[in-house]
Amino acid sequence: MKISFSPEDEAFREQAARWLAENLTGEFEKLRFRGGPGDEHSFIDERRAWEKRLAAGGWVGVGWATEDGGRGATISRQVIFAEEYARAGGPGRLGHIGEGLAGPTIAAFGTPDQKARYLPPILRGEALWCQGYSEPAAGSDLAAVATRARLGDDGRWRISGQKVWTSLAHLADWCFVLARTDPASSGHLGLGFFLVAMAQPGVTVRPIEQITGSSEFNEVFFDEAVAADLLGAPGDGWKIAMALLGFERGVSTLGQQMQFRGELDEIIRVAKDNGAAQDPDIRARIAEAQMGLTVMRYNALRMLGGDAEETRAALVYKLHWASWHRNLGKLAMDVLGEAAELCDTAPYGLTRLQSLFLFTRADTLYGGSNQIQRNLIAERGLGMPREAKGR
Amino acid sequence: MQFTFTEEQRMIRDAVAALLAEQSASTQVRVAMASATGTDDALWQALAVDMQACAVLVPERFGGLGAGFVEAALVGEQLGRHVACVPYHATVGLAASTLLACADDAQQAAWLSGIAAGTTIASVAGLAYAERKCTDGARFRLHGDGYLLSGRFAAVPHAHVANLMLVVAHDETGETALFALPAESPGLSARPIPTMDQTRAQAEVLLSDVAVPASARLTRLDDTTLTTARDCATVLIAAELLGVADASLAMAVDYTGERRQFGRAIASYQAIKHRAADMLLKAELARSAVYYAACVANEALFGRDEAARKVARELPQAASLAKAYAGEAAFYNAGSALQLFGGVGFTWEYDVHLYFKRAQGCSHFLGSPALHRERVARALLD
Repeated sequence: MKISFSPEDEAFREQAARWLAENLTGEFEKLRFRGGPGDEHSFIDERRAWEKRLAAGGWVGVGWATEDGGRGATISRQVIFAEEYARAGGPGRLGHIGEGLAGPTIAAFGTPDQKARYLPPILRGEALWCQGYSEPAAGSDLAAVATRARLGDDGRWRISGQKVWTSLAHLADWCFVLARTDPASSGHLGLGFFLVAMAQPGVTVRPIEQITGSSEFNEVFFDEAVAADLLGAPGDGWKIAMALLGFERGVSTLGQQMQFRGELDEIIRVAKDNGAAQDPDIRARIAEAQMGLTVMRYNALRMLGGDAEETRAALVYKLHWASWHRNLGKLAMDVLGEAAELCDTAPYGLTRLQSLFLFTRADTLYGGSNQIQRNLIAERGLGMPREAKGR
Repeated sequence: MQFTFTEEQRMIRDAVAALLAEQSASTQVRVAMASATGTDDALWQALAVDMQACAVLVPERFGGLGAGFVEAALVGEQLGRHVACVPYHATVGLAASTLLACADDAQQAAWLSGIAAGTTIASVAGLAYAERKCTDGARFRLHGDGYLLSGRFAAVPHAHVANLMLVVAHDETGETALFALPAESPGLSARPIPTMDQTRAQAEVLLSDVAVPASARLTRLDDTTLTTARDCATVLIAAELLGVADASLAMAVDYTGERRQFGRAIASYQAIKHRAADMLLKAELARSAVYYAACVANEALFGRDEAARKVARELPQAASLAKAYAGEAAFYNAGSALQLFGGVGFTWEYDVHLYFKRAQGCSHFLGSPALHRERVARALLD
């Protein structure tokens, strides 16, 4: 067990830092520290261009295998790049669903033709992806998806149904959709994992106006939309969807942490300025936030070590970061005090910390609510009895 | 960077775990904690002498195994898991860390070899973080070519079974010094005291004009090395607390899986499962913090190159984080275990109270979670 980086890794760190310093300039300068959760609607065009710039520099797919077109970087170097990216204030990634979820899933389950078709556009920073999982009646109970896939006479699958809480659907070129291939099936069986182009008549995207007044999430309606591809076989959908959740706990969490770092730093600045840092209760909560974020990093490093004994570290990760982030949002408001009420602009232009406060209420809901996480932890981590199912 | 254990580290951990399963079961712990010294001599012989568990932290040139701090932390974790009644933390966490950080080569050679062999039990008086009003302390003054030490420490872990005592003392100008002296030094006494947690024995230490030679004074002592020693000791007690947190959770899961009410195992109720999930969350975060801090402590004690020095600078924050998280995890989990066991958890017969008390005691020893939070706050805000 060793936590210092080798000289070669430190050289890689310098290379990454230098590239970011040289490229987050000019038209991209204003993107620094922007576009994170709660701020995802900002600078869309510039951030699309940034995806391509990153790709041109070879910084998309850093952790992908070389045979898939990636850099094949070690975990250490993926950690380093994620840290340097965030340290430099690299903007929220529009391509993260493609790079972090769709790409690795297609690499793992796709045919050679599918890989050749879908992976290069992700690596070029061109294709943006979104995730079609949740439905109005399939939230925590994801296996209850009702969206249907019908195999037409022309041999192509057609998708009908509704997805909800789909981030970036209004920008994405592609959506991976969990849909029922066997209409008589229920639960985990009879599902397929489809790759669907968003630009077609059968797909309608409607933004959801959120608690923040902004719209990061969408509803997506499929009406006989044509699926370009089925990943794996009909019926493999659940297996693939679950494997994808494994990819989700990857290195991207380290980039997310650096964004958290930026938020916490801002709160500390405010607390020092307005004197809240001398309030004993606030002090203790800031220290707790600092420690919670630091241990989040240590925990992620354990997860990334890939040790079979460390699956529990991965199992508790979501519950920790979501709760931590939600508490950070409340801390931001309490540090500001009454000034927390004051918006930036009319009619409802929230400050960064107001957005943080409101947006983090979603963190303990999406991707498995805190309650679902606790069920999973107890059942998978501790082997306690499974929840009874209704009929 | 490799944040996973090596094969050797796993072997050490598993060997200690196997030994403790056999020799530190409930009945053995209860015999040891009720004995005059509160210490299990046979277990210590097996652990320290036969298995050389103290030697992991001692460099090879002083007769040790030269393994490192991560290995020591893995031993500590297992000891916490079994609420073992042995002076491991006193000898390795307190004394060996202090000697490695604050003593020169000749002094290390003189005292570490006995620790490595398992023949020296050692402890340190006066290493605590300054907290609350404290009347403890020792004074030193020049006396011929050496010094005279006087003072009192109300509770020093395993001082009554130690044959080597390290004492932090101040002179009238406020200068700090650290002395290593044999337990049989005239004027030095250590009297075992009753403590709420009976698995970690402690003693009152009295020094009454104890004469020590100049060579007894640790030469590399300064604020930085003393802080390093204290932080390393803190990390090792955090490792024990991690073991306490783990074991408390495991007991609760086992018990609630067997205990039936309303016609089903109570572990099937969500109220129980969610409490257990929170316990696992706390234990796993503590584990991440402890293992990381152990790596940092290792670099602080043994690292020589620039990369190591960079990591070593994280020690104060890493140690405070590990102690705060492990302390809270241990107490939360032991307290939750008591709650989930229900009435039997309140009895002397069941082992829950051993863990509950060890968690309480160790979570305050070398700084409470609140103290460590404030230490982090100071570094961040002042």
